[in-house]
Amino acid sequence: MRDSTLKKVWIYFLLTVTSFLVFFPVLYAFMISFMSGPEILQGRFFPEAFNFDNYAKVFDRLPLLKYLLNSFIVSLSVMVGQLAVCSLAAYAFVFIPFKGRDLVFFLFISTMMIPWEATMIPNFFTIQKLDWLNTYQGMSLPFFALAFGTFLLRQHFKTIPKELQEASQIAGLSRFAFFWKVILPVSKTSLVTLGAYGFLTTWNMYLWPLLITTNSSVRTVQIGLKQLQSQEISTDWGVVMAGVIVVIIPTLLLLFIGQKQLQKGLSQGALK
Amino acid sequence: MKKVELIDVSKSYDKQVDVISNIDVTIEPGEFFVLVGPSGCGKSTMLRMIAGLEEITGGIIEIGGKRANHLSPDKRDLSMVFQNYALYPHLTVQQNITFGLDVKKVKKAVQTERANEVAEMLGLTDFLKRKPRELSGGQRQRVALARAIVSEAPICLMDEPLSNLDAKLRAHMRMEIRRIQRKLGITMIYVTHDQVEAMTMGDRIMILHEGKIQQVGKPIDIYNYPANPFVATFIGSPPMNISPARAEPTKSGVFIEDTIHVPMNEQQLVASSARSLLAGIRPEHIKPLVSGTESGNRIQVEVTNVEILGNETVFSFQVGQREWMAKWSGQWDIAIGDHIPILLGAEYFCVFDEETGELIRKPEGLEHLSIAKEVIL
Repeated sequence: MRDSTLKKVWIYFLLTVTSFLVFFPVLYAFMISFMSGPEILQGRFFPEAFNFDNYAKVFDRLPLLKYLLNSFIVSLSVMVGQLAVCSLAAYAFVFIPFKGRDLVFFLFISTMMIPWEATMIPNFFTIQKLDWLNTYQGMSLPFFALAFGTFLLRQHFKTIPKELQEASQIAGLSRFAFFWKVILPVSKTSLVTLGAYGFLTTWNMYLWPLLITTNSSVRTVQIGLKQLQSQEISTDWGVVMAGVIVVIIPTLLLLFIGQKQLQKGLSQGALK
Repeated sequence: MKKVELIDVSKSYDKQVDVISNIDVTIEPGEFFVLVGPSGCGKSTMLRMIAGLEEITGGIIEIGGKRANHLSPDKRDLSMVFQNYALYPHLTVQQNITFGLDVKKVKKAVQTERANEVAEMLGLTDFLKRKPRELSGGQRQRVALARAIVSEAPICLMDEPLSNLDAKLRAHMRMEIRRIQRKLGITMIYVTHDQVEAMTMGDRIMILHEGKIQQVGKPIDIYNYPANPFVATFIGSPPMNISPARAEPTKSGVFIEDTIHVPMNEQQLVASSARSLLAGIRPEHIKPLVSGTESGNRIQVEVTNVEILGNETVFSFQVGQREWMAKWSGQWDIAIGDHIPILLGAEYFCVFDEETGELIRKPEGLEHLSIAKEVIL
């Protein structure tokens, strides 16, 4: 009895320490976002008073709402695009037999080995030639075909019994109808996972939007944050951190909503 | 109701070796036709070829008198029940049942009506709103059945639908499926590896082995007159006892182990001359020696194993190198090691050609009881 309580105390202690370590930067940023310049320089952890001056300033200095909207549009379109392209590709790799399927899949997967940065310059030229600089499609389209996503969905699709396909063939379902009516609902879990992954990575992307955009019309929040830093001679860290917090909130929200969905999906599923 | 005709159908995966060959059979409208064989004999492949899920490499398949070799599965007017049921896990029982109707654009009201009707027939009314994972194995099996019935297709294919159920439920579903098939009059093609299912359900059964037809016929005919040693040992439990036999033309018959004599007529002797032979007898035709006046082979055997099943007693004994089994009805006090006298009625023996498997001598004098003759009405 005593043993197990001791064990519990120890486990909770460890959990608290590690979660504090993980969350410290965010927590510190949160605290700084309420401090004024001199306070930050004093190196304090807790602000004297919670005032929202910095938040007002962020929205004042930057078209932050516009940036947030841009980020949303780009992230959402990448998410939807990735889901569409990857699920269709994975479907072909699992349910449609064709010659050289394994070879094609191997080639597809091997592109995972090529770092994104290596293909950035050719991609940039393509987008430039298409005259897609400063456009949403220029920012999102290069990320639609994702080898990792195809792999993830293929693995899930492979667990779906072949008899389901045969049963729907006998029922007279077309290939696409089978994909739409059976495969997608059955693989909801993996789709949610991939969707969340796609959204978050796009939301956090910095380099590509920076290359592709030259004005604030389509810029995303991550560039906005950088702008906050360099605009003045000495950076007003309170304002930057306020910006960071604003930018984090949607991501956290998505995570919470997604997690709930994910858990639901996990407890469902399972054929037998 | 439609008939299904296979004309010299064959199937090969690598264009060299046929996994199925020379399949010639006509399945009559409204017939319950069972394909039975050990695993890997090609029975499921054959069913899938009829369904159109597997391509045919040779021969012709006709459904309802029309050539169907290249028809897609949905154009063949059939329904299918799979071994693992293949229910859509994300749909409710009702949606699962009406899935095919929905695809065929049947009106919603008609869909519900038909689903309710079938659900009632199979006792699924209380489960219509549930998902498949909330159902037991037997209930899922019923849903799969309901899905096949609701389509009102004239032909229904079943691929070992009962193999995932426990023994009791299986016996019940056997009757249920047979009853529904009779009621609706659909042409049923049923695949199983279980010879009991084949015997009890089929109007006719086809026994397959290594992709070739061994025998087609009524269950009782196949049981009584197996076309070859494979069929003889596959159908019936325990299997037919079979041992090598030696022809002895001078004594007008064959001998097993020099002790058991099986008489043959002249024609049979001619057919069996200069060949190696096998002779077999069913376990229930081995009888206890009671009065000592019975005609036939009377031998003394040493019991090597006994199983008392309540209504019958099965024991084994050695005949030369082979272990034979006998089945006596009732409960017998027999111990391992006992020496008991038994009677092997000569008339009950089958004699096969060992190489071709051909049945040379049919058993005679099989008891076929008729109510009209045996019972005081």
